Amino acid sequence: MIRRLLDLPNDDSRKIVFIAVSLCLVCSLMVSSAAVLLAPIQAAQQQENRRMNVLLAAGLIEEGEEDVQVNQLFQQIEARIVNLDTGQFTDAVNPATFDPRAAKRDPNMSDEIPDDDDVAGLGRRERYARVYILRDGDAISRLVLPVRAYGLWSTMFAFIALEGDLNTVAAINFYEHAETPGLGDEIEDPDWRALWAGRQIFDAQGQPRLRVIRGRVDSASPNAIHEVDGMAGATLTGNGVSNMIVFWFGESGFGQFLDNLRTGGA
Amino acid sequence: MDDIISLFVRSVFVENLALAFFLGMCTFLAVSKRVATAFGLGIAVIVVMTVTVPVNNLLFKFLLDKGALAWAGLPYVDMSFLGLITYIGVIAAIVQVLEMVLDRYFPALYNALGIFLPLITVNCAILGASLFMVERSYNFTESLVFGLGGGIGWALAVIALAGIREKLKYSDVPEGLQGLGITFITVGLMSLGFMAFSGIQL
Amino acid sequence: MDASPRKVLFDPLVDNNPVTLQMLGVCSALAVTTNLLNSLIMSAALTVVCVFSNGAVSAIRNHMPSSIRIIVQMTIIASLVIVVDQLLKAFAYEVSRSLSVFVGLIITNCIVLGRAEAFASKNPVGLSLLDGLGNGLGYSAVLIVVGAVRELFGAGSLLGIVILTPAQDGGWYVPNGLLLLPPSAFFIIGLMIWGIRTWKRDQVEPEEFQIHAIHRQEVL
Repeated sequence: MIRRLLDLPNDDSRKIVFIAVSLCLVCSLMVSSAAVLLAPIQAAQQQENRRMNVLLAAGLIEEGEEDVQVNQLFQQIEARIVNLDTGQFTDAVNPATFDPRAAKRDPNMSDEIPDDDDVAGLGRRERYARVYILRDGDAISRLVLPVRAYGLWSTMFAFIALEGDLNTVAAINFYEHAETPGLGDEIEDPDWRALWAGRQIFDAQGQPRLRVIRGRVDSASPNAIHEVDGMAGATLTGNGVSNMIVFWFGESGFGQFLDNLRTGGA
Repeated sequence: MDDIISLFVRSVFVENLALAFFLGMCTFLAVSKRVATAFGLGIAVIVVMTVTVPVNNLLFKFLLDKGALAWAGLPYVDMSFLGLITYIGVIAAIVQVLEMVLDRYFPALYNALGIFLPLITVNCAILGASLFMVERSYNFTESLVFGLGGGIGWALAVIALAGIREKLKYSDVPEGLQGLGITFITVGLMSLGFMAFSGIQL
Repeated sequence: MDASPRKVLFDPLVDNNPVTLQMLGVCSALAVTTNLLNSLIMSAALTVVCVFSNGAVSAIRNHMPSSIRIIVQMTIIASLVIVVDQLLKAFAYEVSRSLSVFVGLIITNCIVLGRAEAFASKNPVGLSLLDGLGNGLGYSAVLIVVGAVRELFGAGSLLGIVILTPAQDGGWYVPNGLLLLPPSAFFIIGLMIWGIRTWKRDQVEPEEFQIHAIHRQEVL
C-alpha cells in the first residue's frame, strides 16, 4: 500500500495528501513527545530558579556559589500568601501553585491601580502576593517580598529581604530586567546591591523614604540611612528602583501587611 | 487610553523592531536600495503585522495558553509548546490570503506589493512581533496596537535606510566596504540614533 | 556544482560564509551576541537545526511534491526548532531566558530554509548533512567572533571569567559600554566584512553607481 503510494508520480494528488499527512504525523509525534517528556524537567528548573532567587535575596547562599542544594535549603523557608487589600495572611490561595503573572492578568485576582497612585508604572496589581519567611525560633529573622517596577526599558522584578525589624534591608536581588547593558544593568552588580544592606526603608513617621539618589551618598547627611548610591548614566533606572520602594512599601503595596505584622495582627 | 498611545509610540520608536531588536534584517538589508521599493515593502509589512499579531493573540488566548481550552472542558491542557508552529502557519496562511484578496479586489495595490508578499512570510520581524506579544502577555487591543506600531516602526526604518543608501552613491567608499559592509555601518549609526528615544515615557 | 565533501563542509566558513557574503540569518547574529555564552548556545541550536533539517529534507527529496515543497520544509524546520527550544528550556533555563524569542526565530532564519531549498532538496543525505554542518559552523564562526569581541571589550570578561579587570573593580580596563549596546554589533560585522573582502578580493561587490571619471577626479 505504502509502496504503491510512493511509486506514484510526485505531483499525483493522492501522493501529495499522503506525504502531507505522514509528515504531520511524524512531526507531531516528535514535537509532542519532546514537550511531554521534558515538561517535568522544565517545571523543576523553573521552580529551582525561583527558589534560588529567593535564597539569594534571603542571604542563605552567595552569588556564584557552586553545588548549592537549592531545594534542601529552601525547606527552611516558609512561603505564605498575603492578601494585599487586608494586609493579612490568607489560605484562600495555595502558595505552591500561585502564579503572580497570571493573577495580574486575571480581573478576578487583580485591580487596576489608579493613575495618581501608580508611581511604579505597573498598570494592574494582583490582590495576593507570595512572601517568604525565614524564622529564628518563632520570631521572623528575614522576610522576603516580591517587588517590581518599570525601569528604563521594561519592568524590573526583584526580591527584597528585610531584617526581623521589618525596616532594615538585608539584601535585594533583581532577577529579571532589561535595563541598558553596561549602565542600568548595574542593578545586578553585587557591589551595588551590597550598598543596600543595612539601609532603612521607613522614616520616623512610617513613610517609605529609601531612595536611589544621584551620585554618591554623603555619609554625614542625616538621610544617609535612607539613601543608596546612584548608578552613573542610569538615572532613570535608579528612579524606577526608587518608585518601586515607594509603591510596594506604601499603602497599595505591603504597607498594611507590614503594619499588621508589627502589631501581631497578620 | 494613555497606555495605548504610549505602547504605540514605544513600539514605533523606542523598541523599533529593526533597529533595536534586529528583526527582519535579511529583507531589511536586501530591499533597501531604492526608496520606492522600500516604501512598498514597508506598507506590506505594516498590513501583515497588524493582521497577524492580533490573530495570533486570539489563538494563543483561546487555544494554546495553559488553561485556554477551559471552554472545551479541558482546563488543564497546556499547548503553549505548539506556539511556534502555529504562528508561522498563521503568518504563511494570512500572507497567502492577503495576496489573493489583493489580486482580486485591489489589483493596483497587488501589483505594487505583490513581489514583497511572499518575502514577508520569512521576515522574522513578523514572527518576532507575535512572539514578543506572547512573551509580554499583551491583551487583544494591545496586540493590535503593537502590531500596527511595530509595522510602522519597521517601515520607517527601512525607508530611512533606503534614503541614506540612495545618497551613498555619491560617496567614495573603500573597495572592501562597498555594498554590504557600508550598509551595516550605516544601520549601526541609525540604530545609535534611535537609542536617543530610550527612556521616553508617555 | 563541485560537490566534494571537503568543499561542501569548509566552503561556508569563509569563502562562502552565509552571514558575511550571502547576507542570510543576520538578525540573530546581531541580537544574541552580547556575550560569548549566548553566542555559543545560539550557534549550537542553529547548527543542530540546520543539520537535521537538511538531512530530513534530503531524505525525502525524491518524494517531495513540488506544490507543497516550501510548507513541508517549513514544517520540518518548525518542529525541529520546537524540540530544540524545549530542550533548552529543560536543560539550560537561564540561557533560554536570555535568548528569549530568538530561539524561536531560527524558524525564519534564512540560512536554514535557504540551505534546505538550495542544497538539500537536490543532493544525497550525506552531503546535505555536511552542508548543514558547514553552514551552521560558518554562522557560528561569525557569532562567536562578534560575541567574543563584545564581551571581552564591553565587559572585560569571556564566558563570565574576568580577563581584563574593569576599572570599577580596581583594574585598569575601562569597559567600552557601547559594545554592549545593539548598534555595536552592526559595526563589528561591517568591519568583519571589510576585513574578509580585503583578504578575499573576489568577494568585493562591484560599485553600483560609478561616479563619472571626470567628476571623480574633481572630487578626489
